[in-house]
Amino acid sequence: MTDATHHHVPDRLTTPLQRTLKSWEALLLAVAVAIFLLNSFASPYFLNAWNLSDATFNFTEKAMIAFAMALVIISGEIDLSVASIIALTSTAMGAAAEFGVGTPGIVAIGLAVGLACGAFNGALVTGLGLPSIVVTIGTMSLFRGISYIVLGDQAFMNYPDSFAWFGQGYVFWVITVELVFFFVFAVIYGVVLHKTNFGRAVYSIGNNPVGALFSGIRVKRVKFILFLLTGVMAAIASICLTSRLGSTRPSIAFGMELEVVTMVVLGGVNILGGSGSIPGVVIAAFVMGLVTFGLGLLNVPGIVMSIFIGLLLIGVIALPRLFAQIRQSRS
Amino acid sequence: MISQFLKSREAILVAAIVSLLALIATRFPAFVEPGNLVNVFNDTSTLIILAMGQMCVILTRCIDLSVAANVALTGMVVATLNTLMPGLPVAAILLIALVLGACLGAINGLLVWKLQIPAIVVTLGTMTIFRGIVFLISDGKWINAHEMSAGFKDFPRMELAGLPMLSWFAIVVVICFVVMINRTPLGRSFFAVGGNPNAAVYTGIDVGRTQFLAFTISGMMAGLTGYLWVSRFAVAYVDIAGGFELEVVAACVIGGISIAGGVGSVAGTLLGALFLGVIKNALPVINISPFWQLAISGSAIIIAVAFNAQQGRTKGRVILKSAEHTA
Repeated sequence: MTDATHHHVPDRLTTPLQRTLKSWEALLLAVAVAIFLLNSFASPYFLNAWNLSDATFNFTEKAMIAFAMALVIISGEIDLSVASIIALTSTAMGAAAEFGVGTPGIVAIGLAVGLACGAFNGALVTGLGLPSIVVTIGTMSLFRGISYIVLGDQAFMNYPDSFAWFGQGYVFWVITVELVFFFVFAVIYGVVLHKTNFGRAVYSIGNNPVGALFSGIRVKRVKFILFLLTGVMAAIASICLTSRLGSTRPSIAFGMELEVVTMVVLGGVNILGGSGSIPGVVIAAFVMGLVTFGLGLLNVPGIVMSIFIGLLLIGVIALPRLFAQIRQSRS
Repeated sequence: MISQFLKSREAILVAAIVSLLALIATRFPAFVEPGNLVNVFNDTSTLIILAMGQMCVILTRCIDLSVAANVALTGMVVATLNTLMPGLPVAAILLIALVLGACLGAINGLLVWKLQIPAIVVTLGTMTIFRGIVFLISDGKWINAHEMSAGFKDFPRMELAGLPMLSWFAIVVVICFVVMINRTPLGRSFFAVGGNPNAAVYTGIDVGRTQFLAFTISGMMAGLTGYLWVSRFAVAYVDIAGGFELEVVAACVIGGISIAGGVGSVAGTLLGALFLGVIKNALPVINISPFWQLAISGSAIIIAVAFNAQQGRTKGRVILKSAEHTA
């Protein structure tokens, strides 16, 4: 209880890993640069502005969800239903497009469905006090299940031409619309998490929910808002992805929740909650994007890439713990 | 005693299954004929076997999302072995499947035990790694029926006293789990670890080791299912049992296994699996598209977990909650 005298409340848990964590973003940045250099030596097609621009699609959609997911995980919860929210919002937008709704209407419907999905998750977690991991495993089946009921083995693809702007448009030269979205949301979430009372509340809930409650933070309301945000970000990612693919099948974005969680954890967010940063997630997005793009140039099939993602997810958490244990056993 | 049983999860599930069957029988009496019920049970056998392993994991406050990928990997390995060595007896294949499955489960368990990585992260990772390895082994190709030996394919269909081998496996597994959960120190330690890890440590139980054993058991069941699945459908490919881990978790949650650990029973898990099995088999009979299956199991998970929470609330106060938080 000596900590009570300190006025400074750290963002991070004070663990023996503190030093490793402190330099996590720096380490990650070094990895990103190394992969970039490695890729440019490995393939002559890598250092091409248009190729690199295409490569950003590997992470922009996932990263937009990862920002909101980072906040959810820092608060000590998790949302595994994000990929299914993409499927459901995409299905709703596709159905609207079939009825001849214009682009603004399609986008509004997508956002509304995402918001509704987030509210549903949030209500179950905060209203009924259920564990988020089970709730979102359930809604993961439910949301995608509704897409399957609506679509079966069919697909929606009658999107208006103007809808293509989100996923296929360019703002300036090789800078895609999605990349601009990515940076805008990175700044918004960075400010919200690191510069606002709301962000402080998220950290304190993740570190000690009971303590946060006793210090006057409306824990349930904050968590509910976080699930809403995740739903909305999944909807925005769905708008981009649907627009880019130009069609909706119920299997859209299948398994993406894993990549989003991997990105967040790779970015240095503690999976048990309480610590992490948005800059870390941004760099992690670049690392994952570069890895998948580089492997793609080397003709590595997607499923083999998923082995790398899985190893990355476990390795990123396991290695620091392993080193810490070795260090402890030596001293 | 009787009133207590009537309020229990098992009684509610029995009532739900019986009324579901009765409802279907009013329109389609053929569905409840003994022959068809045997088919339904046989079709649910793989789910029952996997749910038993998953039950142990969830009891210890963990979750195993890699079971379906484990099924696919073990299934592909034994199918490949069969094409290379058609003479290998089924007993050897079964042993290989059990050992390989247990090893894959032990990898999960070691990461949870030795490095204290949350189970959800570990198994999300190994889920994709295992599936990726299936692709590497098979090169994305299918192993079809004509490439498998007759003995390999026919074993799960062999009938003994009117029941196929597959069903017998499920029955034997359930009996083993009843004995293990209720009559062995290991079974009790699953409950102790899940109920209160701090107290478990003070009673001399190694929490991490218990979780490791739960994962190994879950993996072993997945390995067994791997062989049974591949030989029953006489095909092995990368995506077999895709998404089945969710159905397995659903069976456990519906069966009254608390995701917070420490609460549940073998009978509940069995009934939870049977409940899903009856729904799955009834859908085509009552002319509902199989595309409804996913949404129904999702809803079932949510309803069951909400129900579990309601039941948990009436049980009494949680003492030492703050102490548990530090765990």
